[in-house]
Amino acid sequence: MSVLAAVRPDEWNFPLLVHAFGAMVLVGGLLTGATALAYARGDTRLLRLGYWSLLALCLPGWLVMRIGAQWIYTKEGWDELPEGTEPDWLGVGYVVADAGGLLLVIALIVGGIGVYGLRQGKGSGLLRATMILSIILLLAYLVAVWAMAGKPD
Amino acid sequence: MSFDDWMLALHVLSAFALVAGVIFFWVLIVEVRRTDTPEGTLRLGPLSRVAEAAVGIGMGGTIILGIWLAFSVGGYDIWDGWIIAAFVLWVVAAELGRRTNAAYVEGVKKAQELQTAGQTGPSAELLAVNRTSNGVLLQALVSIVVLLIILDMIWKPGA
Repeated sequence: MSVLAAVRPDEWNFPLLVHAFGAMVLVGGLLTGATALAYARGDTRLLRLGYWSLLALCLPGWLVMRIGAQWIYTKEGWDELPEGTEPDWLGVGYVVADAGGLLLVIALIVGGIGVYGLRQGKGSGLLRATMILSIILLLAYLVAVWAMAGKPD
Repeated sequence: MSFDDWMLALHVLSAFALVAGVIFFWVLIVEVRRTDTPEGTLRLGPLSRVAEAAVGIGMGGTIILGIWLAFSVGGYDIWDGWIIAAFVLWVVAAELGRRTNAAYVEGVKKAQELQTAGQTGPSAELLAVNRTSNGVLLQALVSIVVLLIILDMIWKPGA
């Protein structure tokens, strides 16, 4: 694997950077958002900070990560392999990225309703749900990073 | 997975922790720039400790596991140009990070001072300290250096 990394063709580097950069922004947004929501304890300022961090960082981060993933997937020729012969680590990456994306959208919708409700003194329960989903997503994406980097059989 | 594969995975996870911490600090910097009360400033303390922990794990993990990988993985040597460049950039990032932290600690000190004096309302002086342009400049430099490390790790110039 390390030898493969050493001889990686130069034209794979930029798509890999796009993929990794998007994933880093996504993970950074999840850490920031989940922490702000966890420490808010009813403080509307921190609840808003947590939600907007998730929205402003995770959504663009996820998009860039996913575009980069498809780009490097094609560059590395994985799309030319017969169906069902892809390595497990690639499958883990795809499942976590796509299912995580769906969960992220749900977390943002639930949190968005929660933030709107803060004006009427409500919504902190919904934002707690967003926080729990964010923590689950953060852990899932860390597992995906481990799988992408370590490439287990 | 071999032991080296595990080390590489943890090295990459450390890099993610480092970048996540840098991003977290950017959010806190934006937030503290519109904070003019001692309570509001100090309220960000627990968040900043989580960001510090992420940066600490990231900086420690990348350097320790990076040195391990440089010695252990065939095809790389510790004196390779791109690895030496990464060390130099890591040291620069650490020093810039220390200075950034020092710039923002001033706001925390001011907030504690005001709170101790019983001044809990908005303070123009505190807002000015929280809006340190030196801190923003240093954080921007940290971000650029971390980006350069990532570019160096991906492109491995000269490898």
